[in-house]
Amino acid sequence: MSREDQFTRAILDARLPVPEGLLDGADQPAGRRFSVYRNNVAVSLTEALHQGFPVITKLLGPENMDGLAALYLRAQPPTSPLMMQYGEGFPDFLEGLEQLSHLGYLGDVARLELALRRSYHAADAPPLDTLHLGTLPPDELMASRLSFAPAMAVLRSPWPIHAIWAYNTHPDAPKPVARAEDVLITRPEFDPIPQPLPPGGADWIARLQAGETLGSATEAVTSDFPDFDLSAPLALLIEGLALTDLSQ
Amino acid sequence: MLTRPDRSPRPDALPHAPGVGYKPQHFQHILEDAGSVEWLEIHAENYMGDGGRPLAQLRHLSQRFAISVHGVGLSIGGASPLDPDHLARLKHLTDWLNPASFSEHLAWSTHDSHFYNDLLPLPYTNATLARVCDHIDQVQGLLGRQMLLENPSSYLAFAESTWEEPAFLHEIAKRTGCGLLLDVNNVFVSATNLGYRPQDYIDAYPLDLVGEIHLGGHDEDEDDHGSPLLIDSHGAAVVDPVWALLDYTLARSGPKPTLVEWDTDVPDWVVLEAEAARAAAALNAVKMAA
Repeated sequence: MSREDQFTRAILDARLPVPEGLLDGADQPAGRRFSVYRNNVAVSLTEALHQGFPVITKLLGPENMDGLAALYLRAQPPTSPLMMQYGEGFPDFLEGLEQLSHLGYLGDVARLELALRRSYHAADAPPLDTLHLGTLPPDELMASRLSFAPAMAVLRSPWPIHAIWAYNTHPDAPKPVARAEDVLITRPEFDPIPQPLPPGGADWIARLQAGETLGSATEAVTSDFPDFDLSAPLALLIEGLALTDLSQ
Repeated sequence: MLTRPDRSPRPDALPHAPGVGYKPQHFQHILEDAGSVEWLEIHAENYMGDGGRPLAQLRHLSQRFAISVHGVGLSIGGASPLDPDHLARLKHLTDWLNPASFSEHLAWSTHDSHFYNDLLPLPYTNATLARVCDHIDQVQGLLGRQMLLENPSSYLAFAESTWEEPAFLHEIAKRTGCGLLLDVNNVFVSATNLGYRPQDYIDAYPLDLVGEIHLGGHDEDEDDHGSPLLIDSHGAAVVDPVWALLDYTLARSGPKPTLVEWDTDVPDWVVLEAEAARAAAALNAVKMAA
């Protein structure tokens, strides 16, 4: 077994003995000096998970999160030196834990936190000048296709993930009520903003992202959601500077 | 895509003056009054996203300050080949920023495609020497610039090592043409942990190859025998014996770009700036003596 095999196995599993041939300054076995590395790895990655999932940490409590971070590290050690990407498998990991199965919303709340982090680091894109949108003839507008900023994202959930997120990040937010919620993330400047989408809004944006015209997407969504009004999600996209181009 | 930073008002090399590790919470303070701080270090991996605030802040700062890009994730001391994706990200960052310096560690952090987020130690043998040199050749060739290699903090030693650390680093620099980064806190930590005089290490270090000096805080613990075990935490003020070791080093090396690193439990700007001011005083004392 190579030195690196020995090291990494013993780092991840504290029950394993300290590798042979590691010494202190007096040529005695290194003993608990090796724990410095075990500790550095565990503490730094636990901290990264706390920072990346503050709402999950609040929901579960910091000590439970520490325990989960240790389990997660052993199940899925990071595969990238970019800590901004650490935890991409954490939502699925949470959903796979039997002891948390009564908290069905955890995975989707973690997905929302992950999407906010991705949005924060997403590429910049000059926004579409939307002032002239209102002056376009309706036919022309409905025949148009939209392009979206890389920092824009949509999440769909059978759980009230936006309400849960807001309740745990804003002191005045109302208590969540049980319902499905779709969430739009936009990043008007540097801080991503999640907002609930009206029914049909997520489907409408997905169709636009797939290249459908405004008219075609709106017609399709209206057949499923008769009350759908494109002005509400369109306003969220415009205010969030999430549109980058409009083409015929 | 962000526009390329305008570099005109900024020096191309690190000044022989104090710098600090940049933390986003200090952004406004630095722009309003940087005090003694004349240059900034960033951790490369924190600026490898595609856009947003981190790169916008970096672009802004790079117009005023010389920037040292300090990598913590390249795993230069590792047995596996360097990660081509990570090298490409590093190339993208340094081409965009054109920093005054790029540095990395004599350490490894990636093994079997897993990243351990720590600077792990390597034995000093002819085999690891050849491997590290190959990796540095690859990095310098790809980036088209000289890099600096930093001495680690050691908590233990390898039975199979056949080189002393300063000679090992010196040989790497001779073979690859890289420069060295001397972290005097790491020297103090390693010397305490492994039982030698830190001044002896400095005396053996090729100071003419040093492009940058680092200072930082450490934590104190004990090993199994009750001997002091210092841990390089970058989470506290620099202790007096390390300031004394800086004076000892500067007296022999002359003024060098000198960085204060404080990465965990990051203090208010005024506290960090006071550390930089103390480094400025040490540098000025050497400049006056010369």
